[in-house]
Order: sequence, then C-alpha cells, then structure tokens
Amino acid sequence: MSSPKQALAHPASSAEAAPGTPPGAAGGARGRGAPADADSWRGRFYRWDTKAAPYAFVAPFFVLFGAFSLIPLLYTAWYSLHNVQLSSLDHQTWAGLDNYRNLLSSDFFWNALKNTFSIGLISTVPQLLAALGLAHLLNYKLRGSTMWRVVMLTPYATSVAAATLVFTLLYSWDGGMVNWVLHFFGVEPVNWRESDWGSQFAVSSIVIWRWTGYNALIYLAAMQAIPADLYESAAIDGANRWQQFRHVTVPQLRPTILFTVVVSTIGATQLFGEPLLFGGVSGSKGGSEHQYQTLGLYMYDQGWIIGNLGKASAIAWSMFLLLLIIAAVNLLLTRRLRKSQ
Amino acid sequence: MSQLSISRAGRREGKAPRQRGRMGAGKQLHAGPVTYLVLAVFALVSLAPLVWTAIAASRTDRRLAQTPPPLWFGGNLFRNLEAAWDQAGLGTAMLNSVIVAGTITVSTVLFSTLAGFAFAKLRFRFSGVLLLLTVGTMMIPPQLAVVPLYLWMSNLGWSNQLQTVILPSLVTAFGTFFMRQYLVQALPTELIEAARVDGASSLRIVWHVVFPAARPAMAVLGLLTFVFAWNDFLWPIIALTQQNPTVQVALNSLGTGYVPDQAVIMAGALLGTLPLLIAFLLFGKQIVGGIMQGAIKG
Repeated sequence: MSSPKQALAHPASSAEAAPGTPPGAAGGARGRGAPADADSWRGRFYRWDTKAAPYAFVAPFFVLFGAFSLIPLLYTAWYSLHNVQLSSLDHQTWAGLDNYRNLLSSDFFWNALKNTFSIGLISTVPQLLAALGLAHLLNYKLRGSTMWRVVMLTPYATSVAAATLVFTLLYSWDGGMVNWVLHFFGVEPVNWRESDWGSQFAVSSIVIWRWTGYNALIYLAAMQAIPADLYESAAIDGANRWQQFRHVTVPQLRPTILFTVVVSTIGATQLFGEPLLFGGVSGSKGGSEHQYQTLGLYMYDQGWIIGNLGKASAIAWSMFLLLLIIAAVNLLLTRRLRKSQ
Repeated sequence: MSQLSISRAGRREGKAPRQRGRMGAGKQLHAGPVTYLVLAVFALVSLAPLVWTAIAASRTDRRLAQTPPPLWFGGNLFRNLEAAWDQAGLGTAMLNSVIVAGTITVSTVLFSTLAGFAFAKLRFRFSGVLLLLTVGTMMIPPQLAVVPLYLWMSNLGWSNQLQTVILPSLVTAFGTFFMRQYLVQALPTELIEAARVDGASSLRIVWHVVFPAARPAMAVLGLLTFVFAWNDFLWPIIALTQQNPTVQVALNSLGTGYVPDQAVIMAGALLGTLPLLIAFLLFGKQIVGGIMQGAIKG
C-alpha cells in the first residue's frame, strides 16, 4: 500500500528487502537511530507479510489437494499403461495400451458401462423430478417448515452402508416388506436380487431415497430467490398454480436444475457403495449375472478382488473420460438452450 | 444475476429469504390439506426405513424371514445390539470413525477458511486461475486417485492404519469454494483494511477478523464435512481391513458375512447411523440452512 513511500524514505531498507534477505534481519539498519530501525523492520515485515500471506493461506489446500488428488490422477494414467498386480506390487512392467484394449474387448466392461447408464438414468430422473415437486410444496407457507425440511433430509445423514443393508432386507424375495406390500395390490412377487430390471430398480431406489431431500433443498433455495412480482404478474394474466409453476418457477430454476443434473450425473457415474452392499457376498460382481455391476464396482472388482491394479487404473480413466464427454455434451446443450431463448 | 445477489444479501440475515419466499408465494401459497398430505407421505418414506431398522433390530432373524414382516418392536434389541457390537467390532470402528471424521473436519474447516479468505479478499498473482482450478477439480471422481494412493500407502507400510484414510481427505475443493463464497459477502473489505492500517499482521487479521466473521459458515461446513467423512465408503473399504475398520467398513463386513443374521445386521446399521442421527436432531436446522446456502452458490 505505502511501500513506494517507504522505499523513498528509507533507501537502505528497500535495498535490504531484496530477495534472499530474511525478513527479520535488521543488520544493515544498525547505523540508524533506534526508532527508524524499528520502523524499517516493521515496514519490511509488513510488506513481506502482505505479499506472502495469500500464498501461505492457499498453500495447505493446494499442497494437500495436489498430493492426494491431482498427482494420483496422473499416476493412475501411468499405472493404466502398466501391468500392476496386487500380489506383486513392486514388479511393474510396461503394458502400453493393453489394459485399454483388454477393456474394450471385455463384455463385462460394456455391461458395466450399460448398467452405469441405465441405473444412472432410473435413479437421477425420478429423483430430480420428485425433488422439484417436493421443493414446490416446501415453498408453500407451512406450519413447522423447518421440521419438514429436516425430516426430508434425514436420509442424507444415513450412510450408504446402513441404508443399503436395510433396503436389501426390504427387497428380499420372501418375507421382504416390498413384495408383501405389492401382494396387496395383486402384484406377483418380484425377484429384486436376481432379475435384471428389478435389481437395477432396487439399487436406484436407495440412491433416490438418500438424495431426493437434498436436491429438494437446493431447489427450494433457488425458488425462494424468484422475485414475487413474476408470480403476481402471472396471476394477473390469469395463470393458475400449475401454469405458474410451469411458466415461472421452472424457467427461473433452469440454472439450478442444470447444476443438480451435473452433480447427480457425476454421482451416478461413480455409483459404488449401493450395488456393492446390495449384492452381499457377490457384491463386487454386481449380482450373479453382473446385472447391476457398475463401472465403479467393476474397477473395485478388477483391482482388489481379482488383483489387477493396472486394469483398474484403466477403468478409472475410462470413467473420467466418460465424465468429460458428459460435461462436453452438457455444455453444448446449455449453449443451445441459451441460444434458443 | 441481480436476483442472486438479492437472495444472498437476504440470506445473511437468516430470516429475510423466508419472507421473500412467502412474498413469492404471496397471494396463493398457503399450504392446503393436500400439500400436508403429500408432505406427510414424503416424510413417511424418508423416515420409515429408519424406524423399520429399529423394529428389525429388535426381532430375531427367523421372524424377519417370515411373511408378513414385523411392524412393531420385539424384545431382542439389546441382544442384537450386543451381537452386532461384538461381531463387527463396532467399538473400535466407532472410535476410529470419530478420530477419522473429527480430524478431517477440523482440518477441512481450518484450511478451507484460510484459502477461502485468500480467494475472497486478498489480491495475489494467479488467484483467478487457481480458483478456477479449484472449482474445476470438483468434477474429478475419487476413483481416479485410489490406485496410486493404495500403492503409496502400501509402500509406506501404512495399509490398514487410520492416517491412510485421513490424509487424502484433509482438504476439499468444495470446502474452499464454499468458504470463499461466504466470505465474499460476510466479510467487509474495509474491516481488513482498517486492521492493516492499524499494523495488524495477516495472522492477527485471520484470528481476530476472519474467524469471527466466518464462524457460522465454519460450523455448517464442519457439519457437512463430518457427515461426509463419517459416511465415506470407497477409500476406507480399500485402505482398511476388518481388523481396524471405520463404521462403514465394519457394516460392510457384517453385511457380507457368510451366515448373516439379519436382525444383527439391522442392529449394526442402527448403531452405525445413530451418532449421525443424533447430530442431525441437534443441528438439523443448521445443516438444512447450510445446504440451502451452498446450493445456489455452487
């Protein structure tokens, strides 16, 4: 702030502030009077402090984040080009693109990719639609509004492990709560563990249960930011509640909806805990027929059950590429939407 | 844009946004009986699995396998809780989870506040690029770090030790961004400048100006981080074994046992969730507020 002035007043001190001089070294100012000495030391410390402090404050974050997230990211790419076995970790040999070639010719990889997509779709779409409706209701003038919000968020506080264990039991073939309730509606019991769609739906329902309330709160926050006069003028134009919701609320929420779509898509791509625990003993296989083996599970299975860490790295990078593609598609769609408006 | 800033300014006072909501609702949005009915159904769906966990945990395995499933409590709760506690080593697991989640929370809140403050209020070279990098990395899936981390930790002889789980989670990009967004609004720049003029060092400013201003957001970030760390699954399950588990790893081993006793598993699930549910009862309002606050900004 006042550094140029100080430099003029104390030429000696500014020379000392050259790089390499420790900030506390007061040696050169000895010839001067005591007050000036203190002053220049302070001035230098002050300048050094204002310059260095921002870096010192962001450094822990970047050092830790770099060491445990960014550098591993690159190493994963490196390992994906190697043959790395869990049984002999120190013995790594160059494999080139073998791991990737292996993946592309593996039915299980394509199966996992397909499952990740289908489970992602049947968990994300209903979840976000329900959240939108729920947020709309929570936005009414309610008695005990905080209580309702807290209750809707409770599943979020439940861990994947606990939630999945409970749902697994609810979905069991005989004696399970879900089939028992269905039988009152005259529906034949569904084999939630073995059937293709049944099991995928069961896994998705755990995701939906845990995250709907969370997304509803995000929508609610955005709804409360919509200016009142928009609704008033819509009401004057004769729009009923549904029309107001469709033509005022939803368009105003578009950025937030996009945000939740992106976040949920990322979450769906990484789906792991729910299918792992839902499968019990054969968890990492995603059921007897791999019917709900996601990419996340496939990576865990190849890496830590079968023990091929090189291949697991290749799967991890495929997941990343998939995310990048999704992000790019998203960006394109957003641009389109904006242009068409 | 202007909408956002209005809502942000309002949110700081806490009450204002709700009023806006009402105004937005204004003429029509008094909830009717249908609204309450639908909300009650949602609430039931949210809570029923948890309540039923408690019911199932109080029964026997054999009773759980029968139709119809039990709808009310039995007398076996304490036997099952004890069995789950012993079989899954939940004592160790709870202690481990408290240590892991506690350390991660303290460190995340501290470093997020420091970095968030720097990004919000201090000028330095590359700050824009670095912030962009921070936000961008929120998209990187944790799976991408897992293989090298596992190899490094094995090389250090750290597999199955708590620091293995703690180290990679000490900071989050989300936390940094969250604090930055909060401090941009909540911390008047003049206050920092005044402290500077008075000759306060940066550390003094952090201690006497930034921390007090950031306290509400630190509390919320702390709660969110604790929930996240307590529930984290992927990395702990790779890094730890049943000998030294966190709660999630212990629950996983209960669930994948070869002769599972469902009632005991439910007792374990109940125990593993209980600490968070209690925290939720106590701080639910703050957690809700925090998520809503982080929402638009995110």
